[in-house]
Amino acid sequence: MDRDTIGAVATSVGIAGIGIVRVSGDQAIGSVSNIFKSKKGQSLDMLSNRKIHYGWIVEEDGKIIDEVLVVPMKRPYTYTKEDVVEIHCHGGIVSVERILKKLLDQGVRLAERGEFTKRAFLNGRIDLSQAEAVMDLVSAKTKNSFQLSMNQLQGRLSQALNDIRKQLVDMLAHIEVNIDFPEYDEEEVTREHLLNISREIESKIFRLIETSEVGMIHREGIKTLILGKPNVGKSSLMNYLLNENRAIVTDIPGTTRDTIEEFVNLAGVPLKIIDTAGIRQTEDIVEKIGVEKALHKIDEADLILVVFDGSRYLEEEDLMIMEKIKDKKALYLLNKTDLEEKISFDSIPYIKDVLIRISIINNEGLMAIEKEVKKLFLKASINVEEDAVVNNIRHKNLLLKAKSAIKDVIQSIEDQQTIDCIEVDIMETLEYLGEITGDAVREDLVDKIFSDFCIGK
Amino acid sequence: MKKDIRFHAGKYDVVVVGAGHAGCEAALATARLGKKTLMLTMSLDAIAMMACNPNIGGTGKGHLVREIDALGGQMALIADQAMIQFRMLNMSKGPAVHSLRAQADKRIYHVNMKQVIEEEPNLDLKQGEAVEVIVENSQVTGILTKTGGLYLADAIIICTGTYLKGRIYMGEVNFEGGPSGLFPANDLSNSLKQLNIDLKRFKTSTPARVHRDSIDTTVMEIQEGDNPIEPFSFMNSKIDVSQVPCYLTYTNEKTHDIIKGNLSRSPMYAGEMESIGPRYCPSIEDKVVRFSDKDKHQIFVEPEGLDTKEMYIQGFSTTLPEEVQIQMYRSVSGLEKCEIMRPAYAIEYDCIDPTQLKRTLELKFIDNLFFAGQVNGSSGYEEAAGQGLVAGINAVMNLDNNEPLVLDRSEAYIGVLIDDLVTKGTNEPYRMMTSRAEYRLVLRQDNADLRLTEKGRRVGLVNDDRYLKFKEKEQLIENEKVRLKKVIANPTDEVQAYLKEIGAVPLKTGVSLLDLLRRPEVTYLNCAVIDKERPILPEPVWKQVETQIKYQGYIEKQFKQIEQFKKLEGKKIPESIDYNLITGLRLEARQKLSLIKPDSLGQASRVSGVSPADMNVLMIYLEQMRRTKNDER
Repeated sequence: MDRDTIGAVATSVGIAGIGIVRVSGDQAIGSVSNIFKSKKGQSLDMLSNRKIHYGWIVEEDGKIIDEVLVVPMKRPYTYTKEDVVEIHCHGGIVSVERILKKLLDQGVRLAERGEFTKRAFLNGRIDLSQAEAVMDLVSAKTKNSFQLSMNQLQGRLSQALNDIRKQLVDMLAHIEVNIDFPEYDEEEVTREHLLNISREIESKIFRLIETSEVGMIHREGIKTLILGKPNVGKSSLMNYLLNENRAIVTDIPGTTRDTIEEFVNLAGVPLKIIDTAGIRQTEDIVEKIGVEKALHKIDEADLILVVFDGSRYLEEEDLMIMEKIKDKKALYLLNKTDLEEKISFDSIPYIKDVLIRISIINNEGLMAIEKEVKKLFLKASINVEEDAVVNNIRHKNLLLKAKSAIKDVIQSIEDQQTIDCIEVDIMETLEYLGEITGDAVREDLVDKIFSDFCIGK
Repeated sequence: MKKDIRFHAGKYDVVVVGAGHAGCEAALATARLGKKTLMLTMSLDAIAMMACNPNIGGTGKGHLVREIDALGGQMALIADQAMIQFRMLNMSKGPAVHSLRAQADKRIYHVNMKQVIEEEPNLDLKQGEAVEVIVENSQVTGILTKTGGLYLADAIIICTGTYLKGRIYMGEVNFEGGPSGLFPANDLSNSLKQLNIDLKRFKTSTPARVHRDSIDTTVMEIQEGDNPIEPFSFMNSKIDVSQVPCYLTYTNEKTHDIIKGNLSRSPMYAGEMESIGPRYCPSIEDKVVRFSDKDKHQIFVEPEGLDTKEMYIQGFSTTLPEEVQIQMYRSVSGLEKCEIMRPAYAIEYDCIDPTQLKRTLELKFIDNLFFAGQVNGSSGYEEAAGQGLVAGINAVMNLDNNEPLVLDRSEAYIGVLIDDLVTKGTNEPYRMMTSRAEYRLVLRQDNADLRLTEKGRRVGLVNDDRYLKFKEKEQLIENEKVRLKKVIANPTDEVQAYLKEIGAVPLKTGVSLLDLLRRPEVTYLNCAVIDKERPILPEPVWKQVETQIKYQGYIEKQFKQIEQFKKLEGKKIPESIDYNLITGLRLEARQKLSLIKPDSLGQASRVSGVSPADMNVLMIYLEQMRRTKNDER
């Protein structure tokens, strides 16, 4: 299969020391060669493979676009198993974009998201579950998330799944030996035994599914909504969390008209923060749209940070917000503790107990937010460094199917169904788990029967 | 062979080489389908010989026999005539794994099958050894016998069992030989090799036969048959025969010591024999060595027939020398004074690598050359017969340019058997087991006729008699299901009393009998008391109705799986595909796929060495091919 040559910026766009542009395909070396001038004066295909070469990316007229280091890597020992060239240039947006533009002029096609990994997979370098893990790695938001992807690459999930699969295969082999060699004096597997093992497997699968919540949060970030009536300090809070002045902050109520999304890393937990227009009963049409949008976002949010202004009285808008979010995970932040406190929560005692007092201006009480977020989302029992964690939707769905199948097994045993029927659901459980790791079932089983049991004429 | 002794011996549509269980089904099928057929055998006295155990059926195998019957084969009919004990295995385990197993009188089986073959109008039976398959332009044209007879043939079916370069092993002694003291066939093996057919070397073993009067069955556990007898054939409704018992005894520490002390005299352990034997049929020395924690192993003592004193000692096969055999047999309770009539031996033989075959059992690279039975690396009478039948049918389909009979894994155990052999190949003699079938709940022995009679009818092997009988049964089943759906059981005193009696929850509202039958406590028989208008139905009919209703939920689940399976089976791979052009495939997958030439994505996915990732690549490639083709249009 002939494939065209693709290119893309390999590093994330933003402020960074260097940026890398990557090219893969038959024309990778040729197309870079056309725009690269090596210090040694040699063309790229003459320079040694898998070594770093210093030089410049230049316009046709010789004008220098950027000073670069170029690494040519010839197939097949590359990530995609095709010819690959990496151009290390200056960071930031301008440099990488201009170099990429030059490459596109050479006939290189802009890669689709994940296309390098897709090629690695199609060219047989990595299997499906590895490809998925790499995709997660590429879009990993924080160090913990990176760790999760690395674990999966190294097969911790596979290990956990294989343990469960082994239990299932053992159980099946025993059933099958009873069925296929009924004349022999192998012990009949009892229903109690089947039931115990099935329950054990169910709880193991359940635990893996439980970890998927954590896993997915690590990959996609906790969708966090900052809510509060206008001018309670929502944007200041967001800015504090972002450590930069991204959203506009003023003293005039209603300045943030739309929602803004940003990622932050809060003590290892990735938050995807959505700042919103202040919730205010308003006649201003533009602002009203913002408010409705904010209320609409409540449904999707995993976490809500509600901000109150301690220097003002509790108002109807505050109560409305609290009514809207009563079923969500939320932190209640009482801001402006530096001013005289006028607010009172005597009418809603449950909030009083969980209130976090902060003063964003004076940088006070903010560590408590981190602590609470961690408490809410990092279940102490799941250790990212040690546990197998599911952080892929496909895997999670298969696990859910496996769980439902093993539940059917338990149900069938309890209903006193015959063993050939129970086996159908055991096999199904095994097949769903096998789909995650890509293992065949039947051969395992026949081998197991013969290695474990003494049968035959 | 000197050319001058060749003579023109005759011209046939089909020549079947071998008269074992595969050969008999193959030859009867081609003859019955109107092809002038010759059956060549090394010995007319070895037709349908049961060279090893005196049983037909068993788990998985009983299913095969019923399928052969439904398609119009012979095995079940003869097995019913030769039956001297009947058992239904796995009765406690649910209908999918109920398995018929019979002790058969070996002589009756042989004599009756021989008679059927002799009486078949289109079939000539001749004693002779085939030595060369004649091929011209990748197409068979005839076969040559050792005595110079040249038979012209349009199709040839090779069913040579364990005869090819057979070699017998007993301890230090080994010699050329076929099964049961017969001659081996050496030349044909060479001829196959010259046709570039890959051969493998397998082995199998059989225990000793002892004289009934020399053993003491009173100290053994007696194993009686089950009553009433359920026939193998759908054409028979009952069998009246007084059943004979089998016996069970055990090896002991003393037996094991004798074996351990003589291991070096076993050619397998001495390394003289490197061929591969079946794992499900280990020799006693294998069992003792591999499962050393077991202090005893079962030994079944079974009659070889009614008019013989020979007893088959199942569980005691060995390659140890005869001298050691006598010692170890006599160490077993009840066998202390046993006289061995035929010693145990292992036989090593040539078979072909079955991945060279299509799913029709025709060789991929020589037209109209078919293989069936043990020569394909399988083991067992039933496995052989199933293949023989399919090869016979497809030889005829080929000659008549008709659609071949290919059974898939969701249709029959025969389908599973052949698909496994030709797709995965086998590293040991292949035995059918129910656990090899993915869709076991659908592939029951009780519904083999419902699954396959129409297919047998299509190819022409199911005669009117069988077909009408089948249609009538099918109709009765359907009618009864409809009736049960209409009959409503209301929560009357009578019904509640019945439910209480069988320990079931009482009714709240009226339900159909069909729904009531789904309850585990309710059976077709016990609910007769509340089903007054019930018609009198044959047992196979009401049993079928009951099974279909009771297991409907699970059966439907399997049908869903089958639907998925059929989707991949339906995605055909063009014969012209060149796997070497698909650079995304791993080298191993490319090689294996080029070799097996699967006809569908489903079959490709079962080729060993093809990973799920390879399958994705293949799917993408085929999709691209399809699109490019569409673009060109």
